[in-house]
Amino acid sequence: MSQMTEVRWHGRAGQGVVTAGELLGESAMHEGKYFQSFPEYGAERMGAPIKSYTRVSSDPIEYHSPILEPDIVIVVNPNLLSVVDVAEGIKPNGIMIVNTTDTPDKVRKQVKYNDGDVWCVDASKIAMEELKRDIPSTMMLAVFAKATGLINIAATIELTREKLSGRLRPEVVEANIRALQRCFDECVQG
Amino acid sequence: MVESKFLPLDGATSVSQAMRQINPDVVAAYPITPQTAVVQNFSQYVADGIVNTEFIPVESEHAAMSACVGASAAGGRVMTATAANGLALMWEMLYIAAGMRLPIVLTVVNRALSSPLNIHCDHSDAMGARDSGWIQIYAETGQEAYDNTIQAIRIAEHPDLLLPVMSCQDGFITGHGVERVGILPDSDIKDFVGEYKPRYALLNIDEPVTFGAWDFTDYYFEHKRQQSEVINNSLPIIESVFKEYEKLSGRPQPVLDMWGMDDAEYAIIVLSSTAGTSRAVARRWREKGVKVGVVKPRLYRPFPEQYLLEAIKNCKAVAVLDRAISFGAPLSQGPLFTDTTAALYNAGISGLPVVNYIFGLGGRDILPDHIGSVFSDLQKIASDGQRGTMVRYLGLRE
Repeated sequence: MSQMTEVRWHGRAGQGVVTAGELLGESAMHEGKYFQSFPEYGAERMGAPIKSYTRVSSDPIEYHSPILEPDIVIVVNPNLLSVVDVAEGIKPNGIMIVNTTDTPDKVRKQVKYNDGDVWCVDASKIAMEELKRDIPSTMMLAVFAKATGLINIAATIELTREKLSGRLRPEVVEANIRALQRCFDECVQG
Repeated sequence: MVESKFLPLDGATSVSQAMRQINPDVVAAYPITPQTAVVQNFSQYVADGIVNTEFIPVESEHAAMSACVGASAAGGRVMTATAANGLALMWEMLYIAAGMRLPIVLTVVNRALSSPLNIHCDHSDAMGARDSGWIQIYAETGQEAYDNTIQAIRIAEHPDLLLPVMSCQDGFITGHGVERVGILPDSDIKDFVGEYKPRYALLNIDEPVTFGAWDFTDYYFEHKRQQSEVINNSLPIIESVFKEYEKLSGRPQPVLDMWGMDDAEYAIIVLSSTAGTSRAVARRWREKGVKVGVVKPRLYRPFPEQYLLEAIKNCKAVAVLDRAISFGAPLSQGPLFTDTTAALYNAGISGLPVVNYIFGLGGRDILPDHIGSVFSDLQKIASDGQRGTMVRYLGLRE
């Protein structure tokens, strides 16, 4: 029986949401899985709310349609919670991962998601402290790894190091790694 | 079989990877969404010296195909890529490439034609070129787009064909969608495509020839008849290339990709990425005990008539899904439907109810529920014995 996990990302254009989705797929690929990663293309402009999708499966993926009932929703930008219905279509036993200063309980009430797991992390704070920039998208992978077990955090850190080493200074690469590890350690489930 | 290395690639980049491995003599191209990544990546390979291709950044698609025609007639291995209005602007030169029997390989990342302006996927661009004399192959995934690009070279340049090949994939859906794509080793692709030895070449001054000469009422007709003869008889040659590549890659390369068709009562015929969605839905219907099947023609020109008839002749009802409208055809049917029903009539099969669904124009989402509704409709048609409306629409507001 095929095991397919469908993920929907919410963020704002220019935040690296699409890149994060691709990195998630690549992490899964390195663990022998198939993946698809594709953004929803509209009228792109910096700062506009965007959605991106990732499918991960043990078998080749045949669906070529948008994900309407995701297993997992990842919200990269906390101020989207009041703008977009991020819980739309999410499966009752799914997982919602949010970058926020709020608690899982508060988020759960705000987005009206009662049944599944909610994971929160203040990724923006961690990004500011470690990278001096609010670029939390790829850091959400650490929470994804912890919440789902579908990808391995050590492998994700290794992949991030490999990807960034070509174009960033070693200290910046290490700051990114620290940020990932902190997201993994500091995220909370509720 | 050779092991593939897996990379995370979008469909357009998969094609540029194939082009890098093919290392053609000349690429003349003009960028257009959603094909842009193909040309952008490839021009980077040229700039970085990774390939030794002569890259001609032309001022339009008409010029792109004109330059390809010239370079191919000169004796070079030639490739290009385009989409939508870019392909439309190539029109005049498409016929010239085919008429001059130039084995040019063109990647089309399918996109809707204007007007109204739309950059998303449908097949109106390539379908408009279906009578231009080019071989047409359609890919379901980025993986197939990569595989088809490589095979297209061998098909086009086969000494008994010498026909241009259009290798198509769905814009954005696979063109911009990143997935796991298996890339074969560079050296194996180099060996597979081999060195191109043109049968005739303008630059071979020891054997001077004329291409595209004046051909009046005296011989034009005979030459066009020869052109139809070559494409009519091209299927066994195309299949031999498919089989050879299948052996190399370990990935099946059928003319018709079929699922559940051994005993299917209800079948969907559809090209490209939507065949995947249809197959995924068909699996669920099979679990419910309904005998459904999906046929994906990888090859559309030449039209694989005999294989298709063999696949569907025992079905109770068949749906043909078209991502294009043939305006002014009876009820403005889609081209795949028109060809399928013509094939049935020509074979004397008249009792099989076949309906047409137009879908996905301008990138309109095609959802699993739409496919499910088609299987439901086919069950109803078979049980009622009434075909009902011949041309239907999926995901359309009416």
